[in-house]
Amino acid sequence: MLAGAGAAALYAGAAGAALEWNFQTPATRTAAEVNDLHLLMMAIIFVIFVGVFGVMFYSIYAHRKSVGHKAEQFHENTTVEVIWTVIPFLILIAMAWPATRALLNIRDTAHPDITIKATGYQWKWGYDYLQGDGQGISFYSSLSTPRAQIEGAEPKGPNYLLEVDNPVVVPVGKKVRVLTTANDVIHAWYVPSLAVKQDAIPGFVRETAFRAEKEGTFRGQCAELCGKDHGFMPIVVEVVSEEKYAAWVAEQKKKMAAAADDPNKQWSLPELVARGEKVFAANCVACHQANGKGVPGAFPALAGSAFVNGPHDALLKLLLEGRKGTAMASFKQLTDTELAAVADYIRNSWGNANPEPVLPAQVKAAR
Amino acid sequence: MSAVLDQHGHEHAHDHHPSGLMRWVTTTNHKDIGTMYLWFSFAMFIVGGVMALVIRAELFQPGLQVVNPEFFNAMTTYHGLIMVFGAIMPAFVGFANWQIPMMIGAPDMAFPRMNNWSFWLLPPAATLLIASFFMPGGGAGVGWTMYAPLTVQQGPAMDLMIFAVHILGMSSIMGSINIITTLLNMRAPGMTLMKMPLFCWTWLITAYLLIAVMPVLAGAVTMTLTDRHFGTTFFNAAGGGDPVLYQHIFWFFGHPEVYIIAIPAFGVISQVIPAFSRKPLFGYTSMVYATASIAILSFIVWAHHMYTVGMPTVGQLYFMYATMLIAIPTGVKVFNWLATMWKGSITFETPMLFALGFLFLFTMGGFSGLVLSLTAVDVQLHDTYYVVAHFHYVMVAGALFAAFAGVYYWFPKWTGKMYDEKLGKLHFWLSLIFFNVTFFVQHFLGLAGMPRRIPDYALQFTEFNMISSIGAFGFGLSQVFFFYVIVKAIRSGEKAPEHPWEGADTLEWTHLPTPAPYHSFETPPVVK
Repeated sequence: MLAGAGAAALYAGAAGAALEWNFQTPATRTAAEVNDLHLLMMAIIFVIFVGVFGVMFYSIYAHRKSVGHKAEQFHENTTVEVIWTVIPFLILIAMAWPATRALLNIRDTAHPDITIKATGYQWKWGYDYLQGDGQGISFYSSLSTPRAQIEGAEPKGPNYLLEVDNPVVVPVGKKVRVLTTANDVIHAWYVPSLAVKQDAIPGFVRETAFRAEKEGTFRGQCAELCGKDHGFMPIVVEVVSEEKYAAWVAEQKKKMAAAADDPNKQWSLPELVARGEKVFAANCVACHQANGKGVPGAFPALAGSAFVNGPHDALLKLLLEGRKGTAMASFKQLTDTELAAVADYIRNSWGNANPEPVLPAQVKAAR
Repeated sequence: MSAVLDQHGHEHAHDHHPSGLMRWVTTTNHKDIGTMYLWFSFAMFIVGGVMALVIRAELFQPGLQVVNPEFFNAMTTYHGLIMVFGAIMPAFVGFANWQIPMMIGAPDMAFPRMNNWSFWLLPPAATLLIASFFMPGGGAGVGWTMYAPLTVQQGPAMDLMIFAVHILGMSSIMGSINIITTLLNMRAPGMTLMKMPLFCWTWLITAYLLIAVMPVLAGAVTMTLTDRHFGTTFFNAAGGGDPVLYQHIFWFFGHPEVYIIAIPAFGVISQVIPAFSRKPLFGYTSMVYATASIAILSFIVWAHHMYTVGMPTVGQLYFMYATMLIAIPTGVKVFNWLATMWKGSITFETPMLFALGFLFLFTMGGFSGLVLSLTAVDVQLHDTYYVVAHFHYVMVAGALFAAFAGVYYWFPKWTGKMYDEKLGKLHFWLSLIFFNVTFFVQHFLGLAGMPRRIPDYALQFTEFNMISSIGAFGFGLSQVFFFYVIVKAIRSGEKAPEHPWEGADTLEWTHLPTPAPYHSFETPPVVK
């Protein structure tokens, strides 16, 4: 630890920025408790370290053959053996108490003020505010770091890989319960300074909870390997004052009403293709690529694909149901308009041309 | 009658001695098979090591520079599988083959032909594993733990990986049957179980662990296979299954697997430390019981790898208490090794240096294990670099350093040559320093919240990742240097003295010439 502190100080000086080498600053009581528990354990470990390695290095120093030490031939001593079995046992009993208390506290999800469902998708998060203020708000949250920064074409921003288009917003001091689930494979919802990490398991709902004690932006990441872009699905939680939260809720509700598509709108093909390009960028581009060529062997090309250009019934069925045994998940969570638009986009891009549009009503019929 | 048969067998062995490649393909000699295991393990160690360096090269700085994320995931997956199943496990089976018959005064293993077969299953398994890389879609990027349902999404590489695991499991089970039978039936007259060298005890316990858990792993991957191809839904909630079921089955195998790797390492260390302290092992009986306790406890702590899956709180409490208990027998072992050194007459040849390195760094791995045993803290550190640091302290500085100690210790007995002591010591110091440069900083990365298995990371993790990558390349080069030290010793090493180690007192040193003859102990020695 000392060497680490030294290295940290050295690098902080050299790089001009504080180097993170311990738990992130706790923003909840449970995170502080975990921090304290870790410190207590480190203190005990330090004592054991000094004891055990003190003996070892003394023995290496004093009982060397080169200084003429003659070997004694003892090879057992019941008293000593009993002592060094019982003492660790007592230390463990002593540790069990704070460890149990901390665990019971982080597992306490009862009586939340707000409940949010976090759904893991390959590779973004979806959030639904289920209960409390803001109930009914629903959005997706994807990495907003530009591709150019990842590939090194642009300088990296300060929140590189830890920034999203739509952060989770919660009020300070309120107990927030997060229900986790997943759409495809296992993900994990992890925000270090809130002391929450909960696997999101497809087909099951798990829960965790936090009560942020200060305002601020807290950043985390998916913590369970979930395929190709596991490293690119961050989580951002903005903790704001109650007034700001109320304003945010009102704004979200307005946005959602505005974004809802008029069911009676008559869509033209260019309108659908333009809309579909956005849907594609948010949902499909990670695998099928911006040029529609996919990744040979792993993700099929859409450009020139007989399937894409074939009858739209089969294409809509695939979009709604996914394909078992591949990374192609079901996208039934998208709206009829979005699915129709993305179908039209891929059927009319990269050299594909199908002038007859797929319409939202056809998606509705295919559901 | 038996004397006549013995005579016949003796001549037969010398009359038909195939040479060249066929010697190795057809051999049933425990020493030949041990040698093949060790070289196979070294080859896999290099392959797995190159993969680790690809990982570290990509992580040298933020951004994607060297490989794409799919390939990166495949690298972490194959690095883990190859190191665990291809490098570390076969290395200790190699030690078992060479040493067990010589240490208990037996002429060979109990089932020499099965012994040949258990080795020769390994190259096909390794071939399948490496061939899976070249399947359509590339290698499977699922992590060595192969969690469902990610495995269900993969291409054909996953199937080859599953079959490789099946074959490796068969090899391990056959090897274990052989070791148990040899140890229980072929000890020299007078060598009771409680007089066996501790290395033999550790392998007896390990072999039982292997037989108990390898079928469990085979079951888990077979369920994955049928979920992939035959419409079952063991791990799919839509069909009434549960993805977490896979993790329970896997870790019921996986935790004992940790000890399958660590316990034979304890055995090697328990031979080396007394030899170079010129003093008998302290607390032999308690060492045997501590090892057995660790093995038994390893079956009841598996879910401490799964604290974030959402188990009931009482389940988490139980697994926390059970896990903390492991500290007691592990502590007993460390204290016994220290007491063995205490008031000894210690010298510091390369095997002893590696044993001391083991003792120091394995204990450090034990400390981070104590931190991780606290569920509330583990939830924070789970799937971060802290865990990566922890298990590399136990697997690399633990098992690998013990294997190095064993190779240097028994090298004169195996080859009749002496390695260059200066070069051996240099190998130790390089390994020790670069190991810590690589892995110590990963504790800080994990505490600060860097998840494992990511190809790119946020900027605050940059410096420690750079340090770690530099250390990794240094560690890799140190192992190329190890290869040079060994090859040089085999080709032009000085002739080893009859008793190179003053304090070594097991049968292979006291009753056999150096180098050990091709056939040893055709007449068993009598142990007082």
